[in-house]
Amino acid sequence: MSKLKFFVNGLLKENPTFVLLLGMCPTLGTTTSALNGMSMGLATAFVLVCSNVVISLLKNIIPDKVHIPAYIVIIATFVTIVQMCMEAYVPALYESLGLFIPLIVVNCIVLGRAEAFAAKHSVWESFLDGLGIGLGFTGALLLLGMVRELLGTGKIFSFAVFPESYGVLIFVLAPGAFLALGYLIAIVNKLNRAK
Amino acid sequence: MKRLESNFLNMVLVLTIITLMAAGALGAVYTLTEEPIRLAKEQKKELAVKSVLPDFTRLAEPETANGLTVLKAYNNDDFIGAAVESEAVGFGGTIKIMVGFDAEGKIVNYSVLEQAETPGLGTKMVDWFKTDKNRQSILHINPSTVNFTVSKDGGDIDAITAATISSRAFLSAVQSAYQAYNDNPENIDVKSGASTHINVEVTDSTNLAVDAKAMEDSLSQDQKIEKEQPIKKQVVSKKSSNKKRGHKK
Repeated sequence: MSKLKFFVNGLLKENPTFVLLLGMCPTLGTTTSALNGMSMGLATAFVLVCSNVVISLLKNIIPDKVHIPAYIVIIATFVTIVQMCMEAYVPALYESLGLFIPLIVVNCIVLGRAEAFAAKHSVWESFLDGLGIGLGFTGALLLLGMVRELLGTGKIFSFAVFPESYGVLIFVLAPGAFLALGYLIAIVNKLNRAK
Repeated sequence: MKRLESNFLNMVLVLTIITLMAAGALGAVYTLTEEPIRLAKEQKKELAVKSVLPDFTRLAEPETANGLTVLKAYNNDDFIGAAVESEAVGFGGTIKIMVGFDAEGKIVNYSVLEQAETPGLGTKMVDWFKTDKNRQSILHINPSTVNFTVSKDGGDIDAITAATISSRAFLSAVQSAYQAYNDNPENIDVKSGASTHINVEVTDSTNLAVDAKAMEDSLSQDQKIEKEQPIKKQVVSKKSSNKKRGHKK
């Protein structure tokens, strides 16, 4: 039971987006809609879980001096697998996420967790940590995507809530991403502190 | 178990093994996804062709004109139009579109294949130029009959609000598609021939201005034959205008 804390940890207390402030590039870039944000989060979560598991398995046979190149190769492999599968089975999504899928390789959440957690913990713990952080990231991107899509276009998951002409366009654009993210971070920090 | 020592042999060995395993895994996934990826791309193109053209029974082999791919569609043996793949550089990258023209050169429909425009602004081009509102629709227009640029540049088409650059790029892509369509000798002939007999027999007044000149040219030659053999009119007019073109040259 106590291992569950590794999983819960990533959801709120160490949420990669709102608390650790890692991986800001895909966070700001892909959350133009709720669907895009969620898909990006799930793709990253998959890579995170797989790379965490493999790295914790191999942690003792990778010599210290080459651990970063070894990790990068492992992470890049999983990212490429995700990319090819997406292109094959969900081409529409692949197109809208575009460049950001290969960029998961350099997402510092993934390498950060590999370095800070998987290299020091057991396989099962690393799996839980990857899942927790991954879902925390997905949740954050989903939330940000929903807020931006709703304020910008009046829709959530392309479902109209109010007419598009009342939307504040800036929220779909880059400046709106910063604004929305800033306010969300403030709210999450407030909630975390209240505990 | 202790961590492996960082000596030269260990490092080389471990890195080699890891990269080999990665290559193997990627190779396997690539083989698995190769076919679905190809299918998905083909399907997308096929859907795009179907959505931009009227119903057709046969599609000719792709041709190249002006560096663009032209797909001609036939209903049995009648030429009913062509889909042209075209592209232009927009605000955020290359915009790839497919435009369908009917036998008279009017735009039937279009489909955006690829774009990287600003979400919420330029991306609206997917529907914008199809919406029949003010002067934003480009459907049922022959690009040569109107001033085919955005109204900001003195043209006849309304640009997408706050996305003039994307709109300009889109319209120029349509323009070059039309040029490629027009550059196809068969199309020109069929076009003038087709519009001639339509104008003559159906008296479609909106078209009169469009092809008035072409009509005058071919009227004397074509009208008689066409009235006598209405079924073969397209073929006949094609031939006769072929001849005519030859004379002009």
